[in-house]
Amino acid sequence: METSIYSVIAFYGLAITILGNATLVIFARNIVHSVLFLAVTFIAMGGLFLLLDADFLAAVQVLVYAGAVCIMVVFGIMLIQRSDMKATNLFNRQTFAGAGLVALVVAMCAVFAGRTAWTDLVAAGEVPANTVQAIGELMLSKYVIPFEVAALLLLVALIGAIVIARDEEVKANAGN
Amino acid sequence: MPAISLTHYVVLSALLFSIGLFGVLTKRNAVAVLICIELMLNAVNINLVAFSKYITPADFVGQIFSIFVITVAAAEVGVGLAIIIAIYRNRLSVNLDDFDWLKW
Repeated sequence: METSIYSVIAFYGLAITILGNATLVIFARNIVHSVLFLAVTFIAMGGLFLLLDADFLAAVQVLVYAGAVCIMVVFGIMLIQRSDMKATNLFNRQTFAGAGLVALVVAMCAVFAGRTAWTDLVAAGEVPANTVQAIGELMLSKYVIPFEVAALLLLVALIGAIVIARDEEVKANAGN
Repeated sequence: MPAISLTHYVVLSALLFSIGLFGVLTKRNAVAVLICIELMLNAVNINLVAFSKYITPADFVGQIFSIFVITVAAAEVGVGLAIIIAIYRNRLSVNLDDFDWLKW
């Protein structure tokens, strides 16, 4: 395993960026600011994937999440928020119940993570340097059916999103 | 300073998942809930890639699985936003407390 001091510093820097910005996503009162912090979280997570030797996934993370998903969410907000944006991202009345449930989940994760013998699981090998080629070959040989199903899912989601978001009046006029 | 191990990534992923879960349970805006679901899916991705590196380094199982997670997340955002826009058109609201059509 890599033991360089730079990877340790990079991990802690990225972890603090991710957790801090994720917290800001929750606590920002303006939802456009929330999406901005979300983009920073996604980009920092791309850096974390680089640290984990997953360079293809880092590129996909930045392209799909920081690029497409954030832009799409901002477009959605612009289509539905007509008045001012000042207090568009508030908490509901279940804040304390939600916090209690989340504390329970954290405690459960801590118990099970503490019980697991992680050192026995870790394999000795290294991730090959060329991940893109290996992923590409696996995608079109061993995982070709999930790959095709994912393509079909994207097509269904595309058509479904258009049908659901279509204006009712336009639909009625088209029927006449 | 000790080297970064699998446990560090698992802890980071658990904390990020908890932040996302808290947002899903306590936010009032439907779009904010969608954003928090994205945070939870990303926490899962960190877990998958970390396990892929430390436990099965030569197989890429975790990396391929997280590519599928990203695909499903993108589809989910598209359909979710379309549903929110359709509901906003009927109700003129994105407050989740107003959505009680399925209550009896």
